[in-house]
Amino acid sequence: MEAGAISAGGGRSILERPPLARLPDRALRWGLTALAVSILVLIGFFFVRLYLESRPAFARFGLLGFSFANDWDVQGGVFGALPLLVGTLITSATALVIGVPVAVSTALYITELCPARARGTLTAMVELLAAVPSVVYGLWGFFFLVPRLRPAEQWFADHFSFLPFVGGHVAGPNYFIAGLILAIMIIPIVSAISREVIATVPADHKEAALALGATRWEMIRTAILPYSRAGISGAAMLGLGRAIGETIAVTIVIGNAPTIGKQLFDQGYTLAAVIANEFGEAASDPLHRAALIAAGLLLFVLTLFVNLVARYFVVRGERGKRAAPGTPVAAG
Amino acid sequence: MSFQPAKTGMTDPPRTTHPTAAPTPAVSSGLGDRRAQTRARSVTLRNLHAYYGDQHAVNGVWLEFPANEVTAIIGPSGCGKSTMVRCINRMHEEVPGARAVGTVLLDDLDIYGDGTDVVAVRRAVGMVFQKPNPFPTMSVFDNVAAGLRLTGTRGSELRDRVEHSLKAAGLWDEVHGRLAQPGIGLSGGQQQRLCIARTLAVEPEVILMDEPCSALDPVATLKIEELVAELSRRYTIVVVTHNMQQAARVADSTAFMLNGELVEHGPTGRMFTNPGDPRTEQYVTGKFG
Amino acid sequence: MTPLAGIGARRRRSDRVARTMLAVATGLALVPLVLILFYLVKQGLGAWSPSFFTTDPSGRFLGDPGGIRSAILGTIEIVALASAIAIPAGIGVALYLVEYGRDGRFATAVRYFVDVMTGVPSIAFGLFIYITLVLATGFGGFAGWKGSLALALLMLPIVTRSAEVALTLVPESLREAALALGAPRWRVVARVVLPTALPGLVTGVLLAVARAAGETAPLLFTATIVKETTANLAAPMNSLPAQIFSDVGQAQDRLVARAWGAALTLVVMILVLTTLARLVSRRSRIA
Repeated sequence: MEAGAISAGGGRSILERPPLARLPDRALRWGLTALAVSILVLIGFFFVRLYLESRPAFARFGLLGFSFANDWDVQGGVFGALPLLVGTLITSATALVIGVPVAVSTALYITELCPARARGTLTAMVELLAAVPSVVYGLWGFFFLVPRLRPAEQWFADHFSFLPFVGGHVAGPNYFIAGLILAIMIIPIVSAISREVIATVPADHKEAALALGATRWEMIRTAILPYSRAGISGAAMLGLGRAIGETIAVTIVIGNAPTIGKQLFDQGYTLAAVIANEFGEAASDPLHRAALIAAGLLLFVLTLFVNLVARYFVVRGERGKRAAPGTPVAAG
Repeated sequence: MSFQPAKTGMTDPPRTTHPTAAPTPAVSSGLGDRRAQTRARSVTLRNLHAYYGDQHAVNGVWLEFPANEVTAIIGPSGCGKSTMVRCINRMHEEVPGARAVGTVLLDDLDIYGDGTDVVAVRRAVGMVFQKPNPFPTMSVFDNVAAGLRLTGTRGSELRDRVEHSLKAAGLWDEVHGRLAQPGIGLSGGQQQRLCIARTLAVEPEVILMDEPCSALDPVATLKIEELVAELSRRYTIVVVTHNMQQAARVADSTAFMLNGELVEHGPTGRMFTNPGDPRTEQYVTGKFG
Repeated sequence: MTPLAGIGARRRRSDRVARTMLAVATGLALVPLVLILFYLVKQGLGAWSPSFFTTDPSGRFLGDPGGIRSAILGTIEIVALASAIAIPAGIGVALYLVEYGRDGRFATAVRYFVDVMTGVPSIAFGLFIYITLVLATGFGGFAGWKGSLALALLMLPIVTRSAEVALTLVPESLREAALALGAPRWRVVARVVLPTALPGLVTGVLLAVARAAGETAPLLFTATIVKETTANLAAPMNSLPAQIFSDVGQAQDRLVARAWGAALTLVVMILVLTTLARLVSRRSRIA
């Protein structure tokens, strides 16, 4: 190789640059890399700190004893998080049952059925639901929804008491109200992701179905829904993750009773609500504080798990599409 | 196509044998005297290999691009002609997983040498792309000035160089009244000449053109072709094209590539009338590709 | 019956029923929006008055509760500092992912954990800051800047993900054009990539700011409630969401009225931000 030819005469050839000129490039590269590394470090640190600070609670009650004992008694100094866990699950399950069908319907309606002119407006309106802060949902839920829905809830409880977990006295703030508020809150995200997923259905599939003489609904059922099932499941799981972690609105409308309610219209508590509500008083009691942080850790692990499952579904949905871009879907 | 084990850095791989493309330095094209006002630098490829991951895109090319001449590279899609040209200004390595092995010389300077800086290489070897790609956030003026500002050229000197470059690209008369308007507001052919002006402004030695007319209409194409002939007085020019008429019109010499290998290289006239390799003949007569 | 006479009555009926149900469900989703906005305006406007915006909360349970000046200013200060941290950091991480990391293993890991962060409940960020910054300096260590940090953690993944999308949309041909001119990578980023991606970046940033402005939970045990206005980010600070949350818990009509007025104020602020975001993204689509 003619390495000697490069710097003939000791001067700089036109293919060289002063070393200093390369400095900003290196600085940018390493600076940005360091930033990216710090994200990973931060998340690791986050988890470790949460775990360390919650240890007194786990040490006293045991991991299972803390998580699954049905006794949250602040005065007695006993902390078993089962009532909170159950409350979190009931409210977020309610949110899913009500919110997901509505959200997916809006997504289908907006992408496939509504007039093109109305599409932008409808999308913007659904997204406006996401612009309302949690605390405002709580405020509205407490002063508007709770008093107005109570007669209807009582009527339902009286006439459908044959259903499980229905019947008896309806409390003002309760699981159902919290679940309903959560349903409204998760509609924008579930709808937005469903819309994205539906938009990736190739036009050929839809046209193939229509060309075979399918009606609009049959086209949705045979071309769109099978294709986007995984993605919509992922959207629902992301919504579930949101519902589990949602704090302030739930705190305002769930009644904050640390017991497991016997029915859907009873007062309850959730993991997130207990932290928001009791933290002020827990500052002076290390065990109580540790218990609340442990509840936070439980919440963190729960949402992490749900989000990982959601991610799996969304990624699988996308991968399936990439692997078989032209696979025809049987119509009819 | 054979897989070659990974080689890093600049090694001299064993010579592959080529039926026709031995290291034949191009001879004079016979298109008349060199009208060089400024002598540019030549480019020499010695046993150049290029890879995308495991894929061997350019396979042992030996070729010389004489100074102040226009060399056309022809060949069917996917024959490696664009990749080969992108190795000359080291744009090839911007593709993730891509690498090049072999020697590329600018006169006697090693483009892949240890002391060589990739940024400096690209200032000496400019490039015009297939699709006109003016910077959408910049005005006509700023597009041409973009490369100059890097070296700290400012004020009246900057304005002079921009005007000079736009004139050299044959665009000045059409745009001098709207230098402040966005570059993407121009027509396709004007955009491509804007991109050429942008390349000229940094005063490179060599200009690589990767199918510069494939996105343009015939009138715009003609303008670019006239421009290429004009520019060869001052620059060494390499034009990749799939259009054989274009090669015949603009190039002093022509190289034909197939499946990553250089099949034949010679004066343009001979390549189209009396090629030495049957594959070249098949290609230029339209039997395949 | 001719071939063009149409489909069977049963199929037509099921089509019509299904379409109607989808339309009804869409309407159903918008009912709460209309109800909330209507009720919010009705209750909130009643609470608005010039003194509502110019006085601090008085702290009196009976009598005049005062206005929300300190809450508005506190929200602006806390969110501004959070933005000053999260926006450069988030765009920086996105730049790393798009310009340097690409599809490498490390970049994939970073992308994955940024995804994880978007799923972390906001209250968990508050807890984390409480543990690391408030506890460490003893109780009473609430401060505006700690609230900002909690909000910055919340904003970071939102900014990163939207910025990554915006940067990916910058055509590779522009990067190549700049590199081929002999521009160093940092110049390419500063002069070509960032300006081209600007509308997308701004949209994502505005949405992240709007999201942070409405968050209550992370502020509850990092920045807390105070009554008077302060410009000192090292001191505890009031904020709109925290003020609303506190007022809701009081069974006192005038405090509840103040909560509605504050809620309307907060929603108006957030709507301004989201509308701006929408306008910016629409303009970029035209260009």
